[in-house]
Amino acid sequence: MNNFNYHSPSTLAEAKSLLSKHEDAKLLAGVMTLFPTMKMRLATPTDLIDLGHIEALQGIAIENLSVEIGAMTTHSQVASNDQIVEELPVLATLARGIGDAQVRNRGTLGGSLSNSDPAADYPAAALGLDAVLRTDQRDILASDYFCGLFETALEETEILTAVRFIKPKRAAYVKFPNPASRYAVAGVLVAEMPDGSIRVAVTGAAPCVFRASAIEQTLEKQFSPGVVDSAGLDDSDFNDDVFASAVYRTQLVREMCKRAVTQLLDEPKG
Amino acid sequence: MKTKVTLNLNGNQVSGTVENRTLLVDFLRNDCGKTGTHIGCDTSQCGACVVHVNGKSVKSCTILAIQAQNAKVLTIEGVAPDEDQLHPMQDAFRTHHGLQCGFCTSGMIMSALELVERIPDPTDRQIADWLEGNLCRCTGYLNIVKAVKAGAEAMRSQAPRSEQNRQ
Repeated sequence: MNNFNYHSPSTLAEAKSLLSKHEDAKLLAGVMTLFPTMKMRLATPTDLIDLGHIEALQGIAIENLSVEIGAMTTHSQVASNDQIVEELPVLATLARGIGDAQVRNRGTLGGSLSNSDPAADYPAAALGLDAVLRTDQRDILASDYFCGLFETALEETEILTAVRFIKPKRAAYVKFPNPASRYAVAGVLVAEMPDGSIRVAVTGAAPCVFRASAIEQTLEKQFSPGVVDSAGLDDSDFNDDVFASAVYRTQLVREMCKRAVTQLLDEPKG
Repeated sequence: MKTKVTLNLNGNQVSGTVENRTLLVDFLRNDCGKTGTHIGCDTSQCGACVVHVNGKSVKSCTILAIQAQNAKVLTIEGVAPDEDQLHPMQDAFRTHHGLQCGFCTSGMIMSALELVERIPDPTDRQIADWLEGNLCRCTGYLNIVKAVKAGAEAMRSQAPRSEQNRQ
């Protein structure tokens, strides 16, 4: 890695001011993506701003209808937090499936969502559970947040501070993991929301997480794995790479979706 | 762009002045002389560099030395109770042939120790899942799982003592 200046602010305001002052600065969360990228010289920031000592980015708040989680909460904390396991079990299950134990001990919710890797798991939860992504400037709906391959609505100096997930009536996340990295070759979150609507969020398959709206409508009429294959699925921009062809991913999305629906029917309190 | 790092390594305070980009694993090996922690892939995949930072297992190739400022760091050199005795988990790896070349072993053991902390009596499945981030190219893993299971059992029977030894 190239060398850099290291900053370790203790407040969000300080982090913001450092980020605004240094043109090639990068925020440092769990660095599970940033350091590998820097080692390959694909990123060469002049300044790194460590968010690890800012209290405002920590914490888990359970409310009646939602669960709000600080951006610097690690995957391991999400997976093992008793309140999340109780109130939003689908998120704990999703977090438990990310990478490996050591990646989960360092990697963070906010880091993952800011990076918006097309094969990451959290984007499916954010979009599938109608989340609000809270920044130091504003609240962004998940439906407005994910813009494309590694692209989000975050501005240059905007800092993701927390994510508020809506508690669904029930929800399940099933992925087909890459056997080496555990990234999702295809991952599908199916949720029945408090108003009875169905949301189906798909990660891994396309350049960016998306909702499979035709499948959602079909499942709203009849919540059964049997109807998934007959629903439309726009796979025109599906990823086609060394890990899986686009055709295979189409198949995987349907299969993961069916498994999620089956899981919910078998165990109503997902 | 250098910074002074001070941390608690295996119970002793150590410090050194490092370039900001210095990874924790390089600080441990090059500055502290603790070469039991290995560098396998340098891309946070293989787990040969696993150490504990404030009680949690991490891949020390993907954390800066300066991020461990004032932290408690435990490496393989710090797990045994004294120079003449192995830690029960180390002993179990020897007894159950959980290693061949030994390159991955220190990382395996450091990972396994956090598992046992979380789940004192893990199943084979839980051990295999937990070791997802530790690669071994010699053994085929079966003896590693056996070793972790036996190590966990030995640690349970010695629980009061290992409590005292915990960093």
